[in-house]
Amino acid sequence: MTTNPSTPSPGVLDHPLRARGGLAVLVLLAALPPAASALGEDFYIGLATRILIFALAATSLNLVVGFGGLVSFGHAAFVGLGAYAVGILMQQGVASAWVAWPAAVAAGALFALAVGAVSLRTRGVYFIMITLAFAQMLYYLAVSVKAWGGDDGLTLPGRSVVAAGFDLASDTRFYYVVLALFALAFMGIQRLLAARFGHVLQAARENETRMAAIGFPVYRYRLVAFTLAGGLAGLAGALLANQSGFVSPALLQWNQSGLLLVMIILGGVGHLWGGFVGAAAFLLLEEVLSAHTIHWQFALGAVLLAVVLAAPRGLAGWTRRGEGA
Amino acid sequence: MTGAGVLVLEQALNGLQFGLMLFLLAAGLTLVFGIMDMINLAHGSLYMVGAYLIATAAAATGSFWIGLLAGVAGTAVVGMLLEVTVLRRLYRRDHLSQVLGTFAILLMANEGVRMLWGSQPIALNPPAFLAGPVELLPGFSYPAYRLLIIGVGLAVAALLYVGVARTRLGMQVRAGASNREMARAMGVDVRRLFTAVFGVGAALCAVAGGMLGPLLAVQVGMGESILILAFVVIVIGGIGSIRGALFGALLVGVVDTAGRALIPLAFDRWLGAEAAASAGPALASILIYLLMAAVLFWKPRGLFPAHG
Repeated sequence: MTTNPSTPSPGVLDHPLRARGGLAVLVLLAALPPAASALGEDFYIGLATRILIFALAATSLNLVVGFGGLVSFGHAAFVGLGAYAVGILMQQGVASAWVAWPAAVAAGALFALAVGAVSLRTRGVYFIMITLAFAQMLYYLAVSVKAWGGDDGLTLPGRSVVAAGFDLASDTRFYYVVLALFALAFMGIQRLLAARFGHVLQAARENETRMAAIGFPVYRYRLVAFTLAGGLAGLAGALLANQSGFVSPALLQWNQSGLLLVMIILGGVGHLWGGFVGAAAFLLLEEVLSAHTIHWQFALGAVLLAVVLAAPRGLAGWTRRGEGA
Repeated sequence: MTGAGVLVLEQALNGLQFGLMLFLLAAGLTLVFGIMDMINLAHGSLYMVGAYLIATAAAATGSFWIGLLAGVAGTAVVGMLLEVTVLRRLYRRDHLSQVLGTFAILLMANEGVRMLWGSQPIALNPPAFLAGPVELLPGFSYPAYRLLIIGVGLAVAALLYVGVARTRLGMQVRAGASNREMARAMGVDVRRLFTAVFGVGAALCAVAGGMLGPLLAVQVGMGESILILAFVVIVIGGIGSIRGALFGALLVGVVDTAGRALIPLAFDRWLGAEAAASAGPALASILIYLLMAAVLFWKPRGLFPAHG
């Protein structure tokens, strides 16, 4: 039994980041806080920050699922570890972002390395279940360790400190930091996919046996991708902890992993913009629907169902020319 | 009986009871997975819908038994409708589309139940004459209602076994599970078979929901945590295998129950109350995932793989 993630167009290994499109998105995102302030709707800055953080986490998951062809159901573990790294360090009096954020990345990457080393020996559904199992173990650990808040979680006294005088407490400033980190990570992933590494990863998704036969150590490539994705998810977790000022085991729960999967499937699995489009679409939908009805989850489900039936390759797939069914 | 003996016997029965209920959920899930290669996250929603329908019918008629029958039949209909209208369109799609599609149904089911019944848990009371304990052995009594669950679980499992092993429908199901293309080539109408399998699977979910309803709360979202356990069960047992599902369910039921009861006790004795209070429950919860990882390490396709 194999799992075939919906590859946008098999055979296309390059995912170019066109300067015109990418730059336009960046300019729009950069212009958002002043525009929101001018309209007196500062609330949107927080929402946009959240979207960017989830876009980072989802894009890192897409690297594994969409480009590596490995459906991981435990991505929340890495996000949660990153968040806990920030929370625990702050509890110990370490508020510097220069310590906490690399620690979050390292925690996510190291755990991903360990999980990947074991899980990547399995395939398909079994891979889904093993990654889930590791994430669940971490979840129950977080629930039980009273020193780290247990079930109640940790409330953080403030945001991480980048430098004396550079305060992340300002939502606008925090937004720009998140935007910069997301843009860097996004470009990094794009470069990686366009490089030999990305080509090998995607070719192994298409035909693992053939890649192994012509001499590529597929397992090692996948493990590197998995570890990298774990590190980026850890960074997203660190930012999430900073934004909400709160860390709890709920971040590690399986439905968080499911949520990230839903975002990339919605946006477009194996599409460079899939994570971004999916996170934005999902969180905006949630926002709009919940403003109109208390039963917004019903409407959200209906929309998701319509998308999956009407757009087999996700929203980002619509923009791709020559798309077949 | 001695205290330790009572404890072991009681935990064994609790484990058996939980394992049998897990089997009812896992049986439908493993067939859907095995035959159609379909991941159905909405399977737990049928368990929830079943519990709500049974509780409502029981309250309306004043009889637990009539409620159970009506609710199970109603859930079977809901399951078949779901298959015909939506799920059928997802069979040919990849696993990820199935995850998104059935996740959407899960959201709609949760919210739909909230719209109809409200956010508060609703009551489902077992028949009054089963409320007390029964003395099984001198010095050992066990709740009568839990015994009933074990009885119903065993009966349904036996019925299902006979159905799968001895009937024409069961033969087609087995054929479909081990080789769908071959079954189709031999003239099995897989489409119709599937609607039937879905109805049976939904009915089994409802039985589990109705039996566990009086013990656990009947509330929105009750299907999710048990769904994950059911997935663990079918992976341990080997996807598509009914026998694997039964064995996996009993294993998970007993290990989970025993772990929750015994690990904190053991920790308390050897490591002190502090460790027992914090690490005990965590290790008990982790235990089944460790079990799954261990099984997959030695048997990568589960204990009883159905596919050749």
